[in-house]
Amino acid sequence: MSAETRTGAPVLEVDDLRISFRERAAERAAVHGLGFSVEAGETLAIVGESGCGKSLTAFALLGLLPGNARASGRVRLEGRDILGLEGEAMRRLRGTRIAMIFQEPMTALNPVLTIGAQIVEAIREHEAVSAADARTRTLSLLARVRIPDPERRFGEYPHRLSGGMRQRVVIAMALACAPAVLVADEPTTALDVTVQAEILDLIDDLRRETGMAVVLITHDLGLVAEHADRVLVMYAGRAVEAGSAAALFAAPRHPYTRALVAARPRPGSALRQRLVEIPGQVPPPGAMPPGCAFAPRCPAAEAPCRETPPPLPSVGTAAERVACLRWKDLRAPDQSPVRLGA
Amino acid sequence: MLRTNPLYGSAPDLEARPLLTVTDLAVQYRTAGGTVRAVDGVSLEVHPGETLGLVGESGCGKSTLGRAILRLVEPSRGSIRLDGRELVGLPRRALRGERRRLQMVFQDSGAALDPRWTVGRLIEEPLRVYGIGGRAERRDRVARLLADMGLPPDAAARHPHAFSGGQRQRIGIARALVLDPDLVVCDEPVSALDVSIQAQILNLLQDLQERRGVAFLFISHDLSVVEHVSDRVAVMYLGRIVETAPRDALWRAPAHPYTRTLLAAVPSPERQARRARRGVNLPDALPSPYAPPSGCHFHPRCPLAVERCRSEVPALRAFSGTAHRVACHLA
Repeated sequence: MSAETRTGAPVLEVDDLRISFRERAAERAAVHGLGFSVEAGETLAIVGESGCGKSLTAFALLGLLPGNARASGRVRLEGRDILGLEGEAMRRLRGTRIAMIFQEPMTALNPVLTIGAQIVEAIREHEAVSAADARTRTLSLLARVRIPDPERRFGEYPHRLSGGMRQRVVIAMALACAPAVLVADEPTTALDVTVQAEILDLIDDLRRETGMAVVLITHDLGLVAEHADRVLVMYAGRAVEAGSAAALFAAPRHPYTRALVAARPRPGSALRQRLVEIPGQVPPPGAMPPGCAFAPRCPAAEAPCRETPPPLPSVGTAAERVACLRWKDLRAPDQSPVRLGA
Repeated sequence: MLRTNPLYGSAPDLEARPLLTVTDLAVQYRTAGGTVRAVDGVSLEVHPGETLGLVGESGCGKSTLGRAILRLVEPSRGSIRLDGRELVGLPRRALRGERRRLQMVFQDSGAALDPRWTVGRLIEEPLRVYGIGGRAERRDRVARLLADMGLPPDAAARHPHAFSGGQRQRIGIARALVLDPDLVVCDEPVSALDVSIQAQILNLLQDLQERRGVAFLFISHDLSVVEHVSDRVAVMYLGRIVETAPRDALWRAPAHPYTRTLLAAVPSPERQARRARRGVNLPDALPSPYAPPSGCHFHPRCPLAVERCRSEVPALRAFSGTAHRVACHLA
């Protein structure tokens, strides 16, 4: 997708990331030993259903976890450990080397400041530039995120803009100091489909122009196919499969990934075709089974699957991983809909 | 009692008399900012046992249209006929009789359920209101319906908050179906659900339709879901239907420029052939609903618009056969 801007060296490396919540006297684990890396100019999608820990992971990368959450493990940004950073050190990093955009752009915008003033402030907080220079840079950022008529928009308040325009403003703020990594947490989930396409195309173009790495957090497998180079699939706080986006759809390996791909309505399918269901539901955080978290819903689970969580070994190339004891025994995914399990 | 209708089975009869006929329906909201024509002269038909998908982006009026059909909001003009009987202007009492045959499922059915009631009482309530069956018979009917919904038998004694989002949606569907309606308006019924749960609910709706012959007006912003469930599809833009066609015809040969834009924007691994959407560059905001554009509402965003589109409202006319209709001067 973007071979020309990739360097091969990871800008972001996450190793054995664990996130837990203190609830009353108990410590409740939400993310269990997650590892991944992202190269410059590359988009890694982290995919999973609600509660799988994908958004928590995003927040942990930027030091934005809520007060009752704890993260351990290692997060390296451009070779520097950042997981333990606090206060001013983390804040400086957040505006300059790593930035985040959210599902609801108003979370990141101040309703009582004009959009121009907010971007100017973001620039001047991190760099000693004159007000006039910051203004010039803001206008060029607004143009770069394809906001029509930047001069006029500069003086407008966020509520005057549509959801899509607001998200463009947030992207402009994120780009203000040319970050190495952009974390996008469900950036288009609240937007209409035509607007979604434009926002994601914009992020793709900016990634190609600047060589920044993108971590795209999403529940939408359709987006992954079009906008990600590699994918990490999460289930109940763990990575279950990692690999190239193309391989994930052509030959998903983990039973959960297979079921997820097959549960989507398939374009052009015959009328009244049944979808593949995943029976049951994700176990609640307090009631994780001892073995593979997917085992209670998995049609292929056997006794060993229920004993200890499976490791995440490389299969094929180093970047392709699957956390399933039985993936080799499973037949190639059937394209016809079958009901999994009971 | 739970009717099964072998007549409809899996192929709705489009030659039969429509179950629902909506003609030139309009709904206006008066707000501080002016009058919004949320629904602006919509005509459509739903046949017995079929699913008509209604798609469009936020603010296009699709939910208002669904609510107006149940007269949860009052239309300002037009006609809604159920099996030939006019619902617009019908007094509340008389409407109640017809409402038995017309039900609704919402995006978050949980929010529409009284949290203090048990699930059994919630589902039974409509039967009581309409004085259907004795107590034992009603209980029996509720139990069988719960089983049909894939809910455990002890669900009847529990409260809605004890259930997950997917299960609450099953409860909402049970409540909508307990009176054995002919048409259920489903407003974004799976939009709040994860994909694995979404598949369960979509399969359930399909099973129920096959067993009971119920027709669905299925309102959604999600084109993949609409493609999956619909026999026919209507596309709405700023209060008007711009195109309507059988499912396969619409995806094979979309005729309205807005429909084409919408279909091209759906991200999908299967249709990954890079779309022609780059360069089209739609201005991403819908025009103000207070002052919709003249002529064809879509003309300011349309790459093909000509002078006539700015001045003359295009009628919804036959495009290919009688079933595929489009409101575009250039199609």
